[in-house]
This record gives sequence, C-alpha cells and structure tokens, in this order.
Amino acid sequence: MHMLRRDKKEEEDGGGNPFYNLDKTSVLQEARTFNETPINPRKCGLILTKLLYMINQGDQTIGSTEATEAFFAMTKLFQSKDQTLRRLMYMGIKDMSKIANDVIIVTSSLMKDMTGKDDQFRGPAIRALCSITDTTMLQSIERYMKQAIVDKNHAVASAALVSSLHLSKGSQDVTKRWVNEAQEAVSCDNIMVQYHALGLLYHIRKHDKLAVTKLIRIASKLIADEDAGSESPMFEFIESCLRHKNEIVIYEAAQAMVNIKGITAKELAPAVSVLQLFCSSPKPTLRFAAVRTLNRVAMKHPAAVTACNLDLENLITDTNRSIATLAITTLLKTGSESSVDRLMKQISSFMSEISDEFKIVVVHAIQSLCLKYPRKHGVMMNFLSSMLRDEGGFDYKKAIVDSIITIIEDNSEAKEAGLAHLCEFIEDCEHTVLATKILHLLGREGPRTPTPSKYIRFIYNRVILENAAVRAAAVTAMAKFGAHCDELLDSCIVLLERCLLDSDDEVRDRATFYVNVLMERQKALNSAYILNGLQVSVVGLERALHQYTLEPVEKPFDLKTEPGDSVSAKASDKVASSRQDVYAEQLAAIPDFANLGPLFKSSSLPVELTESETEYVVRCVKHAYSRYMVFQFDCTNTLNDQVLEKVVVHMENTDEFEVLKYIPCPSLPYDTPGTTYTLARLPEDATSVTGTFSCTLKFVVKDCDPNTGEADDEGYDDEYVLEDVEVSVADHVQKVMKPNFAASWDEVGPDNEMEDTFALSTMKTLEDAVKNIIQYLGMQPCERSDKVPEGKSSHSLFLAGVFRGGHDALVRAKLAMADSGVTMQLTVRSTDPSVSEVLVSAIG
Amino acid sequence: MGGLLSYFSGLFGSKERRILILGLDGAGKTTILYRLQVGEVVTTIPTIGFNVETVQYKNLKFQVWDLGGQTSIRPYWRCYYSNTDAIIYVVDSMDRDRIGISKQELFSMLEEDELKKAVLVVFANKQDIEGAMTVTEVANALGLTNIKTNKYQIFKTSAIKGTGLDEAMEWLSNTLTQAK
Repeated sequence: MHMLRRDKKEEEDGGGNPFYNLDKTSVLQEARTFNETPINPRKCGLILTKLLYMINQGDQTIGSTEATEAFFAMTKLFQSKDQTLRRLMYMGIKDMSKIANDVIIVTSSLMKDMTGKDDQFRGPAIRALCSITDTTMLQSIERYMKQAIVDKNHAVASAALVSSLHLSKGSQDVTKRWVNEAQEAVSCDNIMVQYHALGLLYHIRKHDKLAVTKLIRIASKLIADEDAGSESPMFEFIESCLRHKNEIVIYEAAQAMVNIKGITAKELAPAVSVLQLFCSSPKPTLRFAAVRTLNRVAMKHPAAVTACNLDLENLITDTNRSIATLAITTLLKTGSESSVDRLMKQISSFMSEISDEFKIVVVHAIQSLCLKYPRKHGVMMNFLSSMLRDEGGFDYKKAIVDSIITIIEDNSEAKEAGLAHLCEFIEDCEHTVLATKILHLLGREGPRTPTPSKYIRFIYNRVILENAAVRAAAVTAMAKFGAHCDELLDSCIVLLERCLLDSDDEVRDRATFYVNVLMERQKALNSAYILNGLQVSVVGLERALHQYTLEPVEKPFDLKTEPGDSVSAKASDKVASSRQDVYAEQLAAIPDFANLGPLFKSSSLPVELTESETEYVVRCVKHAYSRYMVFQFDCTNTLNDQVLEKVVVHMENTDEFEVLKYIPCPSLPYDTPGTTYTLARLPEDATSVTGTFSCTLKFVVKDCDPNTGEADDEGYDDEYVLEDVEVSVADHVQKVMKPNFAASWDEVGPDNEMEDTFALSTMKTLEDAVKNIIQYLGMQPCERSDKVPEGKSSHSLFLAGVFRGGHDALVRAKLAMADSGVTMQLTVRSTDPSVSEVLVSAIG
Repeated sequence: MGGLLSYFSGLFGSKERRILILGLDGAGKTTILYRLQVGEVVTTIPTIGFNVETVQYKNLKFQVWDLGGQTSIRPYWRCYYSNTDAIIYVVDSMDRDRIGISKQELFSMLEEDELKKAVLVVFANKQDIEGAMTVTEVANALGLTNIKTNKYQIFKTSAIKGTGLDEAMEWLSNTLTQAK
C-alpha cells in the first residue's frame, strides 16, 4: 500500500498512471520473484498489484498455462505473514481462480486461514476459498462454512454468508443444507450479518417449492386483505410463479390467481393455460387439481375456460371418476346452449359409477346450467327426474329436489313439468322430510297452475299410504287447494272429511280445522287460517303467554301485539328475533319501563352516533312500544385517564315527541361499556311517526390514574355532541311473511286502501328502487318479488308487515322504468286508516 | 508484525532453511508438521494443497512446507521443489501394501534437478502401532541404499507419541549447518 501511495503521488505530479503501459510478458516474468526466499513483501506486493491490475483491466488475455504458473508462484506467498501482501494474495486467488488451472492447491491453506486466529485473514480467506471451490469439493469445506456462518466475528459471518450466496448459484444442493445456520445468523445482533443472512435465506428458499408455495399463499392473502386485486405488486410475483419449474408451485400460483377477487378473464388467461396443460398430465392428482380449479373458474368466467373445452372433453372418459365428474360439470358451466344435449347424454353414461358426493356436484351443475339456459329446462328436468328415480342416499335426493324447486321458482315455464316430476317422486319416497317439503310446495304452487286438479290424486294418495307426518302435510296441502280453487272446494272438503277419522291426532286435528274453515266459504278466513299461516316468533309468543298466565287480565290474549317472526332472510333474522328477546328482557328489568306494555320492535342494527376511534363511542338502538319509544345508548369510554359518571344522552326534538325520562348510566369507567336510556312518548297524532332528535352526551368527568383506575373525588360537568337520531317509518313496522300475498290482500280488503304515484328520480334501476323501498318501509317482501327478473322494464313489489299497535299492513308497489328514473304506483291496504296514510307518505 | 520480524531475522543472517514434508496420503505429514511447530497433536483432515509454517528448532528457523499426499495432489509437488534445503519423506510403517508406491514416488522425486542438493530424512512413522515394519524393513523396502546423489538418514518416529522427532531434527540441523 505504501508503494501505491507513492505511485499516486507521481500520478499527481503529472507522471500518469504507473500501470498504464504494463506489458503482460514482463509482469509474468516479474511474478517469478514470488518463488524467491526470503520473500520481500514490498516488492512482491507491487508485482501482485500489477498482476491484479492487468487481470482486471482485461485488455491483455492471460493464457491458462501462464496464469497457472503465476498462480503457483503466488502460492509461495503463503509463507509471508505480511498483512498487506496476504490480503493482496487473497484477491489474487479470487481473480485468478477462473483463469488458472489446479487452483484447489490452496484449499488447505485457506481453510487454515479461515479458522485461524488472525481475524484480518479469515474473511478474505473464506471469500477466496469459495471462489476456488466447485461443487465436488464443496462438501469437504462444508463443515467450516457452517461454522463460519455462525461465527461471532461479524466480518467472518458476513463473508461466509455472501460467499454462500455466490456458491448457491451453482451448488444449490449443498448450500441449501446450511439453512439452519443462516437462520441462526438472521438473529445476530449485527444488522450487516442479518442482512446477508436474510439474503442467503431468500436464495435458499427461493428454490424450495414448499417455501414458494407458502409465499404465494401469503401474497394472495395480502392481496385479499388490501383488496388490491391485480393492481397489487404481489400479483406480478404470483404470475411469475406460473413459470416456476415445479408443478406444485405453478398450481398454487394458478389457484391463487383464480381466487383473487375481481380478476378479469384476460388476467386469468395465463393461469387457465397452465391448468389446461395440467389437464393432460399423466399424474391423476394434477389432473384432478386442474379440473377442480377450472371448475371454480367456470363459475365466474365461463368464457375463460372455453379454451380448455377440448381437454376437458378428453377427461370425461378419465379412469378416475372424480376427474371425469368435475370435467363434466365444468363443461356444463362453460358449454354453449347447443352442447347441452350432448353433454347430458355423456353424463348419463357414467352416473351409475360415481359416488353420491359427486352426483351432488353434477346436480348443482345442472341446476346452474338450467338457470343459465332457461329454454333447456325440458332436457334437464327430465334428466333430474331420471336421477331422482335412481338409487341414491338422502343427501343426493335432497340435492335433486332442492334443485328442481330452485328451477321451478326461477323459471315459471318449468313449473308444471317440475311439479309433475316431484309428484311422481313422492309416490315412492322413503324420506319423510322430502315428502313433506314437496307437499308443502305443491300446496303453495299447485293451486295457481292452470290445472290444479291433477295434483289432488298424488296428494290424497299420501293420506292413504304414508306415515303420520306425511299425512298431516298432505292434509294441509289439500286444504290449500280447497281454499284457493273454488271449483275444487267441494271435492277437497269431501277428501278432508275422510281424514277426520285418521288414527293420528295431528292429522285429525288439521283435517277438522280445515274442514270447518272451508265450510264457512269466506275468502278472508281462508287467507288468514289456511293460505297464510300463523307468523309469530315462537320465543316471543312463549314469553308473552307466560306473562299472560302470570298476570291474568280480563281481556283475551291478542296475538297481534306480539312481534312477528321475521322469516325473510332465514338464519340472520332468527338471530335478530332472538336478539330482540334479549332486549325485551333487559328492558323489562328496568322498573321505569314496566308500564310501557309489550315491546313491539327493536331496530335491527345499532346506529353509530360517533365517529369510530373518538374519545367516547355511542351507539343507539330504538325500541318501539305501542305508545312510547325507548332509545338505548350503548356507550364506551376510550380514555383510560377518565371515569364518567351520571351519563345521559340529552335529546331534543322539534316534532311532537315528548321526552319523558332519562335513565342515566351511573358510572362509565375506561373500556367497560355502559348503557343509558331515554324514554319518549310518541305523538298523539297517529300519522306523525317520524322525527329527528339532536343528541348530546352529558356527564360528570373525574380524572383517574390510568393504572389503578382510582378516580379523583372532584369532578366537573362536561358534554359531547353526538350525531342526530332519526326515527323512521321502518322503526314502527315489523316484517311478516305472507306466502300467499294475493289472499292476504283480499283478506285485508279495500276499506283503508290508499294509492299514490311517485316519480323516483334518484333511482336508476328497478333493483335500486326495490332495495330502497324495502329498506325505507322495513317490510317483508313476499312471493320473491324483491328479485327483479333481468331485462324487465316493469315490476311489482309486494310487501307485508305489522304496524305498531298490531295493524296488518300490505303494500303493492308497481314500478316502471321511465326516462327520468323509476315511476312507482304505491297502493297500501291496512286494517287502520292512519297506518295506510303513514305508509303512503313515508316514501314521499 | 510478522513481516517485520522476518525482515530483521534475515538481516542478522540466520537464514530460513526450506524443508518439504512429502509422502503418501495418510502417512502423517500434517501431524508431524504441527508436532514440530506447536509440540501438540492436532486433529487433521486430508490436506488439499499444502500447509506452510515456520518452525524454530534451537537456533535454526525452518520454513516447512507440508504438501498433500493424495494421488491427485502429488503432481503439484514439483512446483515447490526449487530452493529446497531438505526433504522429510514420511512413510506409514503399517502400510505394507503401498510401500512400493512410496518407493516409486521417492525415486522419481530424487531424479529432479532442483532437489540434487537437498538433504533427505526418511521418517518410518507410526512406530507406536504394534506390528509396524521396523526401520530396517522400511529402509530395505524403499531401497535407500540405491540413493547416490543425496545425503540421507532414516529415523523411526511416532508423530502421535512424539518419539524420534527430536533425534531426526537434531541430525538435520547438524547436517544443514555443516553444509553451509
């Protein structure tokens, strides 16, 4: 180095680069000096520098023979302990390792240096050693490399890690065994070592198929979490994995892409084409995986899978039945209308060979196909009915029956054929659940077909042949025919009379009840007691009856004051009704609310009155009674250095609501929810039911120790402004399902009918309008009228509910698309005139 | 530091003698080198290439090159012949099968011009093991009597036990000092 510095000085003096005119031959000649003993470090250092300069300059190529000679001469320098010379030599070894032969001759010496005492030599020795080592030799230094990676000296560890990284390019198999050491080095306290260890780990794991698979999963989860779709930079990574060497990785990538929400068919194309390749793989697992994934793609992007149709058709004859079934169902989803017949034929050829589980898959595929190509329902109905006749377990049969029912409900043209198939099925059906389900359907749909009479025979056969549960269902179905079809009434009464002597109590009771109702020949009675059954919450009814027995009053028990059972969206509303029962119990426990009468309705979702993550979080639930309304405020204090006391929500309103009472929450410590109530009397005028309240949270603040929660004795008054609370029409209405809307419509009658026409200019589609009206009125859509058929320009929406006070309310909204939005003719029938008025004006 | 020391030692004329330790693989060359240098038995692995150490014996400094004995490495021995003052040739006295090969390697080495003046010390190593060939047997098997050009001597040694090394080094240093 000393030498070099002097040379540099000369350069500054204008002498130019001292290495500028190096001659290869003379440098190599000089290199022989290395063989002399004793070594002159200064002289050798300069020569070695020239050699390195020449090699790195690269304009004079050194042949392998002369390089080897110089290299061996250089190995003599190992006897010198001069640090500068040694380190120049390590560089020399690295630089010449690729041009000289037999460079492994320095292996032992370098191994000694890398494990030696002199830390200055260890790192460079490792780097030099790794540059002269090839895959075959690598195993002999493996142990030392592993030790060096976890060495306490950071420079040594880093040198080993970076060298390993270079080695991993050619000797993946060996370096991959060092993963434990690299992992240990990652937790080193030096960031340089951590960084290098992480780099090595990445390169080792990069080729590990399971690791990459895992990475793809993580990436796709991130994409899903961020909702970024194909915009995400992670998407690029996943897509690049489609070109990975390993099948598992490729499949995982394709699968991940398929699962990305909102991906377009174009973006999916590369994934689909690798899956297509897998379809012709000799490995059954791969074929199965590919078809299964394609099957899922077909649900959303049938067009994207069309390219694979040929491959899928080949798989229909696959020896693995599971693959064949999936192939067929995929084809059913992607196939054009014209190919349906051919496919159905192919399926029937192997239906008997596959398990129930896959038969169900086929059934679902046919169902969705039928919904897609309504015109083909004939073929598919026939197919489903022949499947229904075949052997099969309960789940399979249930799937078929459900499919037929779905198709009937969706496609009115398929109704008669479907009902006929189902009738035929119940003639020989061993499953009580299915038989009663079908009988219920027949009772609902049969009377409204052109020739209801033909179903009577099938239904009555049940009365003669089946067990009690089915007989009871048959009796009910028959009664519905009688109630709906005047021309069948007499015959139905005759048939029902024959059931009066049935051995089963339930069947007998039903028959007796129906015969007597039908004998009255009154439309309203038929509707109330036969066509539209009892709609109550069982839990609620139980509670009310229990209450009634505890405190008997003169008045008879009135069903209508009970909250109805919201049947609409089955599962979710069951939760809702039970939640209402919980509210009812809580409210009943407060003495001030004891005289309010029964709870009519609690609003379904709490309304947030604060921004999220503010000091105090307040949510409001509204409880409607026949003449009062209770506002329940669930409050949470998110400040850990405060305790709130005497918390109330002060409400003011400009309408005629009268706030009667506040029930404060005595204490609201940090992060423990508390509840305060406000009671308001509803306006005397029955038609004014809506209003807006401005709300303020009022309380006494006491500072407290965040750790112990101990509060100061002194507090001060404070308040916090909340969002307004709206009382809407929906808060006064309980949803009720009327399976036969027309009958109920007649039952309520035109006495309190009101009608008005509106132009809903803000609604752009019929679906929007339907959704908004339902939300606004809070009533139950009936007869599936909340679903607007595609491509229609007009639609009728039927809504049913019970208004506060137990008044039945029915709404018929005729909607039509106009240039400036949706036009609506709203007709309301109710058992109370003011209710009709409220509902009609609600929309305006 | 090391550089500075050797610089001064050169100045005072106590010139380093250059010694090669050669022999077939597994004969015990590396063990001997470190026994001479640090006086301890170290664990060794087959030498790929060479080890070079400075060994002080009494007032003499030796620069000892221990070259790997594997078949693949033997061709490179000749790269290190020049300026060699002495050769320690190590023989595994237990390895009767390969004593012939050892002999061949020894004589082809002695034919090299660069080694004409080198002193040869043969170590009949591993004498601690029972059943090993005696010094005479080894000397005969190697045909040492055929050596005309070089000054030589044979010693029975055990690198593990450390026996015989002192005698050999004593002889070697005497011989080298006389030669100068």
